[in-house]
Amino acid sequence: MLSSFRKQDKKDEESSTSGNPYKNLEKASVLQEARTFNETPVNARKCIQILTKIIYMINQGEQLGQTEATETFFAMTKLFQSKDMMLRRMIYLSIKEMSTVANDVIIVTSSLTRDMTGKEDSHRGPAIRALCKITDASMMQSVERYMKQAIVDKLPSVASAALVSSVHLMRHGPEVVKRWVNEVQEAVNNDNIMVQYHALGLLYQIRRSDKHAIKKLIGKFSKTGLRSPYAYCFLIRIAASLINEEGEGTDSPMYDFIDSCLRHKNEMVIYEAASTIVSLKCVTPKELSSAVNVLQLFISSPKPVLRYAAVRTLNKVAIQYPAAVTACNVDLETLITDSNRSIATLAITTLLKTGNEAGVDRLMKQISSFLSEISDQFKTVVVDAIKSLCQKFPRKHTVLMTFLANMLREEGGYEYKKAIVNTIISIVEENPEAKEAGLAHLCEFIEDCEHTSLATRILHLLGREGPRTTTPAKYIRYIYNRVILENAPVRAAAVSALAKFGAASEDLLPNILVLLQRTTLDQDDEVRDRATFYYQLLKQNDKALNSAYILNSMNVSLSALERLLHRYTMEPTTKPFDVRSVPVEAVQVEQPKANISISTGVSPGGSETKKAREDTYSEQLSAMPEFAHLGPIFKSSLPVDLTESEVEYVVRCIKHVFSHYIVFQFDINNTLNDQLLEKVTVQMDGSAEGFEVVHYTPCQVIKCNDMGTTYTLVKLPDDSSAVTGALACTMKYTVKDCDPATGEPDDEEGYADEFVLEDVEVAVSDHVQKVLKPNWSASWEEIGAENELEDTYTLPIPTLEECVKKIISYMGMQACERSDKIPDGKASHALYLAGVYRGGHDVLVRAKMALGGTSADPSSQAITMQLTIRSTDESAVQVIASAVE
Amino acid sequence: MAPCPSVKNILVLDAEGKRVAVKYYADDWPSASSKMAFEKSLFVKTQKTSARAEADVVMFDGYIVVYKFIQDLHFFVTGGDEENELILASVLQGFSDAVGVLLRNNVDKRTALENLDLIFLCLDEVVDGGIVLETDGNAIAEKVSGHGLEGAGSFTEQTISQALATAREHFARSLLK
Repeated sequence: MLSSFRKQDKKDEESSTSGNPYKNLEKASVLQEARTFNETPVNARKCIQILTKIIYMINQGEQLGQTEATETFFAMTKLFQSKDMMLRRMIYLSIKEMSTVANDVIIVTSSLTRDMTGKEDSHRGPAIRALCKITDASMMQSVERYMKQAIVDKLPSVASAALVSSVHLMRHGPEVVKRWVNEVQEAVNNDNIMVQYHALGLLYQIRRSDKHAIKKLIGKFSKTGLRSPYAYCFLIRIAASLINEEGEGTDSPMYDFIDSCLRHKNEMVIYEAASTIVSLKCVTPKELSSAVNVLQLFISSPKPVLRYAAVRTLNKVAIQYPAAVTACNVDLETLITDSNRSIATLAITTLLKTGNEAGVDRLMKQISSFLSEISDQFKTVVVDAIKSLCQKFPRKHTVLMTFLANMLREEGGYEYKKAIVNTIISIVEENPEAKEAGLAHLCEFIEDCEHTSLATRILHLLGREGPRTTTPAKYIRYIYNRVILENAPVRAAAVSALAKFGAASEDLLPNILVLLQRTTLDQDDEVRDRATFYYQLLKQNDKALNSAYILNSMNVSLSALERLLHRYTMEPTTKPFDVRSVPVEAVQVEQPKANISISTGVSPGGSETKKAREDTYSEQLSAMPEFAHLGPIFKSSLPVDLTESEVEYVVRCIKHVFSHYIVFQFDINNTLNDQLLEKVTVQMDGSAEGFEVVHYTPCQVIKCNDMGTTYTLVKLPDDSSAVTGALACTMKYTVKDCDPATGEPDDEEGYADEFVLEDVEVAVSDHVQKVLKPNWSASWEEIGAENELEDTYTLPIPTLEECVKKIISYMGMQACERSDKIPDGKASHALYLAGVYRGGHDVLVRAKMALGGTSADPSSQAITMQLTIRSTDESAVQVIASAVE
Repeated sequence: MAPCPSVKNILVLDAEGKRVAVKYYADDWPSASSKMAFEKSLFVKTQKTSARAEADVVMFDGYIVVYKFIQDLHFFVTGGDEENELILASVLQGFSDAVGVLLRNNVDKRTALENLDLIFLCLDEVVDGGIVLETDGNAIAEKVSGHGLEGAGSFTEQTISQALATAREHFARSLLK
């Protein structure tokens, strides 16, 4: 019967159109055709065709208007007269497609209800699903009886349809569906695997707020077992989310269940279990190994999907536990040549994370063979992997650098090129041996670089690093070419770079002056200004000027500079603006990126938040009249806890250092819910060290479970070389008992009380702001030996690393020239530090240290250190020197 | 909350990337144009691969897509980036098997369009609202055609008669040319 229709169809359509019979469908004419629905007797074949056309139109993205849909929908109801099976099925489908547009769709409820309980078995499941699609909360009651019966129907298609539809109905009326729990529980034991899975899905939806019931559910099925692999996968997910939510460990019975699924016979379940285990929070390398083992088996599967699943999961594991994946390295290498490029890329990036030094060359060779075939997105992943490889195996820089240079020459988008350039720059900075090669590659790159921001970055780097190479002269050609050929921003950057060469090298100076003079005729203002400025400056041939204005630029915070200049222009004064009063820009610390996955974006930088923090402090304080005369903040410390975290009042202190004062900001958290505090101050005593309390700004009231802030203003000691010490703190306040429910005080009269806090330390590092001097030695010469202080110390510290770390933290200064990193196996080291002392005076420290020397205890190692301090301010030298005690 | 295994969409495109039949189960692509854009770039990305013998897989736009080409038809099943690839593969397998049974192994664009009602019904029986309904190809085909509930014999018979009919048709056509 059916086949004869089909044949007929074919002939009909061949006569009319040759290709797609649905091509050039007109909505109007199709809807016109729908009038055929009203004819009696129903022509089933023709009507099926029309319904198919309507669904096809909707499927192609055609929108039906509400009136159109409603009219068609009503016409369609006539078709329920026909007994034709295919026609009936197409009616159900059309009802579902049009249910969201047409009005009054509930008129088909009775027809559908009849079908779902009728004799024609093949109609029942689809009828249930169509009915539930048009059911809303108000109709739930009327279908309840039929649904309960259908859930336990002996026909799997009917039971499945009822169960899945009930999951959707949970959105409209969860309370009604919850009443069907007995029927659902019966269905879970159904022999049909899909019915079992659907029943489990619904049961979880009903019970999901009851963790105890869910645990029992998992316990039950892990003993009796399930038949459906989908049900197993679902149960594994439920168990995993419970383990994570409850913070349970691998000793939990739910973990045992997941672990047991690793030995299931279906691959789908095994994989679900393995990928779940590796993403559990509580998992340790020991448990990982069993999951990794099954994934390893999948790697050699002939099915791409299975290989992909395995390598994707192993890649995830390798980010956190590279050692756990090492066992799979041999198998992963076979995937490098996989015809599926996603698999190959994942395999390679995994190997780059887990591989050893010897394998790097071979890996890189293999990667280059397929690099042209993968997308930029994946290439960026490869670049990131290479970057971490360079940090792991610095000796491999030749291979890696050549590889990166090749990548740089290939076609690619901005993000991709940026990733490569960043990687090369970081190698150049980290690894002195790779510097010249890296700079050469970058020079070549800017010869033909369409991205202005990359070109300017590279020019800046060349200006900083180029003069210190063995043959600085060779970079000048590359840089001057930019001045001739590029757009204004790049030309400006190139001019600055040229000036740095001139400042750093006597030999090159005459040539640089010629080049700069030519550029003074540039048509762009900025380029011309820079060229003129540098030309005049360099002509002086004064080392101090060069250092201050070319090699080491200003370190002020730009936002603070803007604010202070604005204020300066507002008030009439004849005093010149003092740039030293501007707060120093905090040195940005590069945050290591923990996240290397493909799809995630860039994490927000930590330095930005710090900047914002200091700006807000400065705004808050300058708004208070008692602090307005202090001038700008020199430095704000990080908050320090002055109490344990579990006491009644949790107090944190922030030190704001000004040129002659310190404002101590106390943030007080009143954790009690039955007491409020009034007139809160923190009394400080530092008279022994010469600190003098000038003013208290009390906090008027701190309510229950609320925060409050009080300030104490302290004048620094008159002796400007002894400005460190500890200040005793006592919090004084008036307590009022109050009602925990309302927070209103019970009585008007409170009583005075006090609470002793820990001492606040004012250390050397509070007076110093870190500053990065790109050319430290030039600054060293610039400051000169006028206020120099030199001394030799013997420090009872066993290693150079530790010594460097301690000196940096005590002095609060920035290590320059990467001197905080000590090459392996060295017995001596020179540390170069730079900072700005309170009041805007530059301070530089040179610490030459060597292992050995005698300390008080002859059995322990000691370090001999020769410390030289230079500064523009004499007292600063004294203070810094006092940090080493 | 534990997410239930779910399918975001099933797509059947032709050899030029045009829609034959598609079904979206998730709201990840709210507008018709975003759906089209997704299909277009997915098609371009997978076009050059050969996914004929075995289903292949691609990570695309934060989704995992398993796909398979049969003649001039491209079948895709999409899931979220944390979805179990093997579940998606089983859905793809079940769907393409069912289409094969229903089209009597003449799986190509022409036959599919001529039997579009069967393809739509098939999409309806594989996944309902994102939840996997059935992944056994024969079971899906039986549900769609209404056969097999009475007995299994009719299928083979029809296959033979259909084969004869097709042969006759081809013969007639070649004579007409």
